[in-house]
Amino acid sequence: MNTESESKIRPEMAKQLPSERRYNFSEVALGYNRGEAVAEAKRCLDCKKPLCIEGCPVGVDIPLFIRQIAEEDFDAAARTLKSTNSLPAICGRVCPQETQCEAVCILGKKKDSDPIAIGGLERFVADYEMKKGVTIPEILESTGRSVAVVGAGPAGLTAAAELAKMGHAVTIFESLHSAGGVLVYGIPEFRLPKAIVAAEVDFIRKLGVDICLNSVIGKIDTVDELLEEYDAVFLGTGAGLPLFLGIDGENLNGVYSANEFLTRVNLMKAYLFPEFDTPIKKGSRTIVVGGGNVAMDAARCAIRLGSEEVTIVYRRGEDELPARAEEVVNAKEEGVRFRLLTNPIRILGDENNWVTGMECINMELCEPDESGRCRPVALSGTEHNILADIVIIAIGTSPNPLVSMTTPGLETARYGTIVADETGATSKPGVFAGGDIVTGSATVISAMGAGKVAARAIDEYLGRV
Amino acid sequence: MSFTILKKHELVPTVYLMEIAAPRVAKKAMPGQFVILRIGEHGERIPLTIADFDAQTGTITLIFQKIGKTTRQLASLATGGSIADVAGPLGKPSVIEKFGTVICVGGGVGIAPIFPIARALKSAGNRVISIIGARSADILFWEDRMNEASSELHITTDDGTKGRHGFVTEVVQNLLERGEHGGHSGQIDRVIAIGPPVMMRAVAGVTKPFGVKTVVSLNPIMVDGTGMCGACRVLVGGETKFACVDGPEFDAHEVDYTLLMSRLAMYLPEEKEALEPYEH
Repeated sequence: MNTESESKIRPEMAKQLPSERRYNFSEVALGYNRGEAVAEAKRCLDCKKPLCIEGCPVGVDIPLFIRQIAEEDFDAAARTLKSTNSLPAICGRVCPQETQCEAVCILGKKKDSDPIAIGGLERFVADYEMKKGVTIPEILESTGRSVAVVGAGPAGLTAAAELAKMGHAVTIFESLHSAGGVLVYGIPEFRLPKAIVAAEVDFIRKLGVDICLNSVIGKIDTVDELLEEYDAVFLGTGAGLPLFLGIDGENLNGVYSANEFLTRVNLMKAYLFPEFDTPIKKGSRTIVVGGGNVAMDAARCAIRLGSEEVTIVYRRGEDELPARAEEVVNAKEEGVRFRLLTNPIRILGDENNWVTGMECINMELCEPDESGRCRPVALSGTEHNILADIVIIAIGTSPNPLVSMTTPGLETARYGTIVADETGATSKPGVFAGGDIVTGSATVISAMGAGKVAARAIDEYLGRV
Repeated sequence: MSFTILKKHELVPTVYLMEIAAPRVAKKAMPGQFVILRIGEHGERIPLTIADFDAQTGTITLIFQKIGKTTRQLASLATGGSIADVAGPLGKPSVIEKFGTVICVGGGVGIAPIFPIARALKSAGNRVISIIGARSADILFWEDRMNEASSELHITTDDGTKGRHGFVTEVVQNLLERGEHGGHSGQIDRVIAIGPPVMMRAVAGVTKPFGVKTVVSLNPIMVDGTGMCGACRVLVGGETKFACVDGPEFDAHEVDYTLLMSRLAMYLPEEKEALEPYEH
């Protein structure tokens, strides 16, 4: 038995077979079992100066919870996780660990050795606790202070949970009919089951957080009106507005923003139409424009809806794809085709205003510019048409201006992001912000990190005023 | 939290009035705004313009025609029942200023959203000439309320069963001509028209040669209603706008009605499929 070589490799997480999963919306990655989790946890070197904690935007005590798994004390591991991260089952699934905690793991620096599967272990513990029944941590005595949180996405939920644990009375205002933000409207069921989101949102409610749904701030109340009723306000309104290419044909029937396509599929459950009332065009040939995680999600949803041919069109090359490598692999396994170094010129339609295809041009990457990114340049004479009856534009989002537009004294930057310092404080006293509304489109975990930092700053502010 | 239905009745055949307890919406609602509602767990999100609102009682009034599955389900709900989700008030309010003389046109179910606008314009000191039209007298509603909200009320029916036999556009045309020849007293300063897209397009066509500022309220397919999805894209003056946040009111002379109508027809096969169980 060669334990030495075995201990270098993490167990591969079981997944649904591509041939099966392309026909269903059930979760793709199935999680570690107990044996796998304990064995993997035992690989941890328990470094004296653990870099992984620094690699985590919310500062989870990773070595401690991993040691607790190794000792098979899963309840303790769950407590460790929850003490710093209120949404571990979500983070265990959608965090890009490979560029954060796992990227700095010493084991991963060794030759032929994998870093510890921190994400997989986090998920194992969170799922274990969820199955067993969640315990509510100790909540500090009421401070008599109240905070309004705008937006029930990753930033808002995290800020709310932290503030509630500190003893403040927290109310979240969410514009949609369901809490979770991008976790419910954006990320598909097969990557993040909605029951998992609902369970973690329920945990936050159990911390005493009141969640008001269907409440569009800027419409029912302005931030100034919230400040009359609450001692502080946290804005976590996200980057919700879809960007379009600005090319001909984008308003043809069959052209979706990724936001619309994913919202119909995920939030409204259009994949279960007509059992659920929201329809979606399934199409036989789907083009997804863009190379990020959202593009992969949209493409993989299109496959599951039954589109026979799903093609990602991306203007840069394979190495430049902004999506997680794992999601690109998943998409390829499920049959998504990639037309890289290809850029749309216009979307073609018929006389009834329906999409028929897309005219594209080949690109080449020139030398990197000052920003270090290779700028793609069109190769004239390479124009060509691709057939399609559905086109999904997944090239990014920008901040929703509903709140900033109705809040005098709130400084915004170019592209509509809200200006906030490193603690989340904005130009307006008592108003804090974090997540995509401050940074522009980023990750779930960075938004959670910002929510957590802002909660501390709000707590400090409430103690001062 | 769900929203209680305080009142529901069939106003005229296939058209229903529903009064809903929605205090936070009612407190902030302005003429021209809409709500997005979802009946229950399996429901779709649909936009409905607010036909009336009362901040004191905390209620809003919605008027809808029974057409698809969702509106049929909505019509089947009874007083005392509830709706899972009502979000609003959404969209930009109608511009209410003292313009002078304003023509308010309401066609079919469009009479409902034009009512609070006419009322507000009248209280702002405008002379409000309203024109309400329907296919036939039996489906015309709110004549009394529109009468109160207007300085002058004209009625048209396509079949001549009430008022003028013909379309609302003919009255608009006459009023504009009268205005041109009648000097300052008859001058029309603004027109606002709400109804089926074909009607709004026709009104825009009539007012354009007279150079009178004309506004229409667009009701494309929406999902979230807050600018997030872009389903409600409309082309206005060659620019793509989101009706939910940039509208729903736009310059009538700049709207691409052909695009609006083709996008409204996008899910016709699915709408038919959803209705099938109701038709047996």
